[in-house]
Amino acid sequence: MNPPRRQLRRHGSLPVPLLGLAFVAAAFFLLPLVGLVWRAPWSRFIDLVTGHDVRSALSLSLQCSLAATLLSLLFGLPLAAWLALGQSRLRTSLRVLVTLPMVLPPVVGGVAMLLAYGRNGIVGAPVDHWFGVALPFTRAGVILAETFVAMPFFVLTVEGGLRSLDARYGGAAATLGASPWRVFRTVTLPMIAPSLKAGLLVAWARALGEFGATITFAGNLAGETRTMPLAVYVALETSPDLAIVSSLLLVVIAACVLFLLRKQWFPSS
Amino acid sequence: MKRPPSYLLWFVLAAVSACSDGERERRGLLERQSVLVFAAASLTACFQALAKDFEALHPDSKIDLHFAGTPQLVLQVREGAPVDVFASADEANMRRVIENAKVVGRASVFARNRLTIVVAKGNPKAVRGLADLARADLRVVLCGPEVPAGRYARQALEKAGVVVRSLSDEPSVQAVVNKLRLGEVDAGLVYVTDWASAQEDLDAVAVAGEHNVTAAYPIVSLGAGENRTGAALFVDFVLSSAGQALLQRYGFSSP
Repeated sequence: MNPPRRQLRRHGSLPVPLLGLAFVAAAFFLLPLVGLVWRAPWSRFIDLVTGHDVRSALSLSLQCSLAATLLSLLFGLPLAAWLALGQSRLRTSLRVLVTLPMVLPPVVGGVAMLLAYGRNGIVGAPVDHWFGVALPFTRAGVILAETFVAMPFFVLTVEGGLRSLDARYGGAAATLGASPWRVFRTVTLPMIAPSLKAGLLVAWARALGEFGATITFAGNLAGETRTMPLAVYVALETSPDLAIVSSLLLVVIAACVLFLLRKQWFPSS
Repeated sequence: MKRPPSYLLWFVLAAVSACSDGERERRGLLERQSVLVFAAASLTACFQALAKDFEALHPDSKIDLHFAGTPQLVLQVREGAPVDVFASADEANMRRVIENAKVVGRASVFARNRLTIVVAKGNPKAVRGLADLARADLRVVLCGPEVPAGRYARQALEKAGVVVRSLSDEPSVQAVVNKLRLGEVDAGLVYVTDWASAQEDLDAVAVAGEHNVTAAYPIVSLGAGENRTGAALFVDFVLSSAGQALLQRYGFSSP
C-alpha cells in the first residue's frame, strides 16, 4: 500500500542524523508524560479518580467532545467539500476564515463567541429575546465552544484529502449519469475515508482538551460546564495531586481510544 | 534492534552542555539588578505604577512583574521559579509559600481591600445589597472558592445568611468583571479596587459593613531569587509612605 516506505525498509533504517532528530522529538513529547507518571501519587490514585468531581467532569467531557465531533462532521464535511471542489471565488477568503480559530488564542475565541452568541451578542440577543434561549453557562455552550476550536482541524484535514483526489473518477461517474449527490456519496466519500477518519480523530482530541474557549464562553460550574481540562485547572490550585491524576486519566483514555482504533484508522501502521 | 550509533551519545552530551550555557545567560541577566516580582492578579495596575516609581528612584534597578491568580503563583513558586518578591492576595496562600519555599525576613501586610457588588451601569435590576443576589431573576457569578476573592465572597454571603447560585466559578476577578461588561450576567462580587478600575462601565452597590470581609495582602522576599538587595529595597518601597500613597490612589486601604 505504501511503496516509498517499503523501499526505505529494504535500504536499511533512516539516515542517522534524521534518526537522532526524530529521537529528540519523541523524547520531547515523552518526558512531560514521564514527569506526570513520576509525580503521580499512585497510592491514592484509585481514591482520587473515583471521586464524584472527576467522574462528573469526565462524563461531561466525553459527551461534549463527542457531540462537538459530530457537529464538526455534519457541518465541516460540506464546508471542506466546498473549499476543495467548489468554483466560488470566495474560497481563498473562506479558507483563511476557517484557519483563524486555530490561530486565535482560545480565550479570545471565547470572548468573540460571547460577542456573537452571548446574551447581548449579535445573534444571541435576538435569540434570547424571542426564544428565551441563552447559550453561555450551559452544556450546549460547552459543545459550541469545543466545536469552534475543533472543527477547523477537521475541515482542513478533509479538504487536504479532497484536493489530492483524482477528479477523473467523479467525472467518469458523472458522465455515466450519476447525480452530484450520488457521485459524492458513492465515489468521493469512500475515497477520502482515511482523511475523514483522521479529521474526526484530531477534532475529537482537540475538543477533549479544550480549555480557554470553554471557560470563557460556557463558564465553569461543576456538573454543568466543568469539563476535565477545567477540573484539572481548578484542582491545580487546590490539590495538585488531583490535577496530576486527572490529567493522567484523560491521557490514558485518549491513548486507549487511539490504540483501539489504530487498525481501522491508521491503515498503514 | 540495531545498536544506536555512538555519535547519538555526543548529540545528547551537546544538548546537555547547551543547558548549562542557558544557566550562565540567566545569571548574566540577573547581574543587571533585575528584581522578579510575582503579584496577585488584583494588584496588576497598582504594581505596574509602583514598579515605575521604584525604577525612577533606583535607575540601576529593573522590576520584572508577573501577575496571575494567587494559587497559580504559589504553584510556580513551589516548582522553583526564581522569584525575588511575592505579593499574595490572602494570608492562606502566603502561608503555603512560607511552608514550601525559602523566605527572607517576615511577611508583612502592605494593603487591605474590601468587597463590593458590581452591576451594569445604572443598576437596571435594582440590586440593593447582598440579600438581592439570591433573587431568581438575577444572573450572578462569583470567583471559584479556590481564588481568594471567591472565598471572601462566600464568607460575606455566609455572614449575611444569603444563599447564591453562582452560574460559574470564574477563575479570576477580571473574568467576573468581563462577564459584567459583556452584559452576560447581572451582578458579581469583586474587590472595591476592581470596580475602581472599571467604573466607567459598571456601577457598584455597597456590601453592608457588618457583612463585608477585609482582604489582607502580605508581601515577602524569597530566597529563591538571586537579587536579595533589590528585593528588600522593593519591599521597603511598597511599605513606605510613597508606596502606600500610591496604593491608596488605586483604592486599597492601609494595613
